[in-house]
Amino acid sequence: MLNPRISLTAPILGMALLVSACGNNASAPANQTTDAPATATAGQQAEQPQAANTTDSEQFQDAVKAYHQFVIAQTDQFVKDTQAFVDAIKANDMEKAKALYAPSRMYFERIEPIAESLGDFDPWIDAREGDVPANEWKGFHRLEKALWQDKSLDGMAPVADQLLQDVKMLRVKVEGVEIDAPMLVTGAVELLNEVSSSKVTGEEERYSHTDLYDFAANVEGAYEIFKVLQPTVEAKNKELAAEIDKRFKELDATLQPYRKDSGYVLYTDLKEDEVKKLSQAIDALAEPLSQIGTVVEG
Amino acid sequence: MKQEANDRADKSAISRRELLKMGAVGGLGLFLGAGVMKGFDIVDNNKPAASMLTNANGIIPFYGRHQAGIVTPMQDFVCMGAFDLTVTDIAEVRKLFQDWTAASARLAKGEGVGEESNNALVPPVDTGETIGLQPMSTTITFGVGPSFFDDRFGLASKRPSKLVDIPAFKRDELVEEWSHGDIIVQVCANDQQVAFHALRNLARIARGKAVLRWLQQGFQRAGAADPKGATPRNLLGFKDGTNNPNVADEETAKQIVWAQAEDGAPWMDQGSYMVVRRIRMRIEVWDRTALGEQEATFGRYRDSGAPLGATGEFDPADYTKLDKNGKPVIPADSHMAIASMGGKVKIHRRGYSYSNGIDLKTGQLDAGLLFICFNRDPLQQFIPMQTKLAELDRLNEYIEHVGSGIYACLPGVKEGGYIGDTLL
Repeated sequence: MLNPRISLTAPILGMALLVSACGNNASAPANQTTDAPATATAGQQAEQPQAANTTDSEQFQDAVKAYHQFVIAQTDQFVKDTQAFVDAIKANDMEKAKALYAPSRMYFERIEPIAESLGDFDPWIDAREGDVPANEWKGFHRLEKALWQDKSLDGMAPVADQLLQDVKMLRVKVEGVEIDAPMLVTGAVELLNEVSSSKVTGEEERYSHTDLYDFAANVEGAYEIFKVLQPTVEAKNKELAAEIDKRFKELDATLQPYRKDSGYVLYTDLKEDEVKKLSQAIDALAEPLSQIGTVVEG
Repeated sequence: MKQEANDRADKSAISRRELLKMGAVGGLGLFLGAGVMKGFDIVDNNKPAASMLTNANGIIPFYGRHQAGIVTPMQDFVCMGAFDLTVTDIAEVRKLFQDWTAASARLAKGEGVGEESNNALVPPVDTGETIGLQPMSTTITFGVGPSFFDDRFGLASKRPSKLVDIPAFKRDELVEEWSHGDIIVQVCANDQQVAFHALRNLARIARGKAVLRWLQQGFQRAGAADPKGATPRNLLGFKDGTNNPNVADEETAKQIVWAQAEDGAPWMDQGSYMVVRRIRMRIEVWDRTALGEQEATFGRYRDSGAPLGATGEFDPADYTKLDKNGKPVIPADSHMAIASMGGKVKIHRRGYSYSNGIDLKTGQLDAGLLFICFNRDPLQQFIPMQTKLAELDRLNEYIEHVGSGIYACLPGVKEGGYIGDTLL
């Protein structure tokens, strides 16, 4: 059983272990709807033909399988933690809901590119105020505002119910998601771009300031992709694989001082030069990581 | 004597008229006799601006005895970045300089930083904004600061004695974020986009090894705006650089600019020490200053650039001449009077104006001079000059020094070698 607390404190290098420990736990929730298997669209962004001998290789197919298992396991846990968060909201237990908010979101942040490829899950689950028309705004950040800004959960029960429903729907969809090579190799960098654009700037969690949870989860998600591709990258370019691995470790070390109890310090506790260091560590990693697409070449 | 490619490029950029003038300069130096070095104080006011030379859009070779961008005639734009290393292994620093060398040699030729692949799943090798553009006389000049020689890389014993920490001068208002840096990269080009492109791509290559500490772009009037190539004006409206030594003359450059093996650090032979000062101008204050006071501050007429009491820009300044009240016509505390240092101390200035929008605190313009100079020995040249200026210069009322850096600009590199290969 995946323990969410462990994933918050364990360095990212522990993620692979966590994943393999819960890989067989991918059962669908009981109230599963009967949609046809979803097809990812992210793969369309790269139109050039893929050289067959790399992406059709057993090694690469194993990577895709392993990553799919990871996505399913994360989404399983996402449903469970969201359930607990939603229960706290509906019980009007503000303190409990606040405590559960950031950790439960991390499962989504780890697999965000997959969720985004499956339709409107990102705006439903993760839209920030202003991302969507005000009357359509729902999901985690709507509840974040209620908890930290409005300090009232009045009228939030339907939002909570809808969130849980959307998360369960996501769980159903990831079961059949088709993960292809472009999706994997661009997904890793997309996760780090998420960090650069909104997490390291403190824009993602404007009320709760729990941005570092998302930061860490995005990095963990990117690391998982690298992990499954690592043998393929190594076979192709040993130096690149070693550099990426090293930069992941350096980023992990950069993040280490901000781990606190079972989570992370608030974004507002960071000093300016600390934010800069974190941002530069992301850039240092994302640049070589953006080269893993070379594994798709012939 | 063998001429290296770089020297050739610099030479070829000199007009026939300049060559004639240089002959005259040599003669004048002999005539004056007392001149320490020939060519001082004599600048051809008719020479075309660098960017209007035949080679304006062309190639200045990256490889050569000296680095380009030091005695190269000034291009229209500069994009200067200081980097701090994030690695601690000297092998990684060496790799960075090797990668930078390969990229810079291509950039100087107007090429992208590397060969592109057709793989749509990886980002392009070059960022692309100069595709189809001319080389635009791009030069890329590398230097290392005092912090490069701290205990991280085991290079402490190689620190040149001339690479001193710049002392705190009177009135300095330095801020850390505009000062220092392990490495300096000066990109000059006759196109701003071309210059920015080069620095941007070098910063990208450095990711994971070095981070930008500060970046400042600068400009002077474009060559096209001044086909005759008169002495450029600074943002205070005055001609700036009238007294610059003629570093196109090899002997002059050797005396003033180029470090020599016998100066104490053999690996710096044919390099140069660069000092950068980010000097903010109090634009609004200056703009409401009366013409007479402005001219007294510089010691020159604004219009002609002539020393006060003289008529032509290049007329000698007469510091003994008194007005009808018995006061010197050229005030003793004027910028020109102080900076002349009695004709004994010379530096090669290669600065650009900068404008960074407005100061959000005051709403005033954030503009001034990105002072850049090269000298063979800062202890004998820049530092005594700035010490005196900081103490006495009437111009200090209108400027403040907010950034500072000193860097050992590495010797030129031969094809097959890499920048810094005499040190690393």
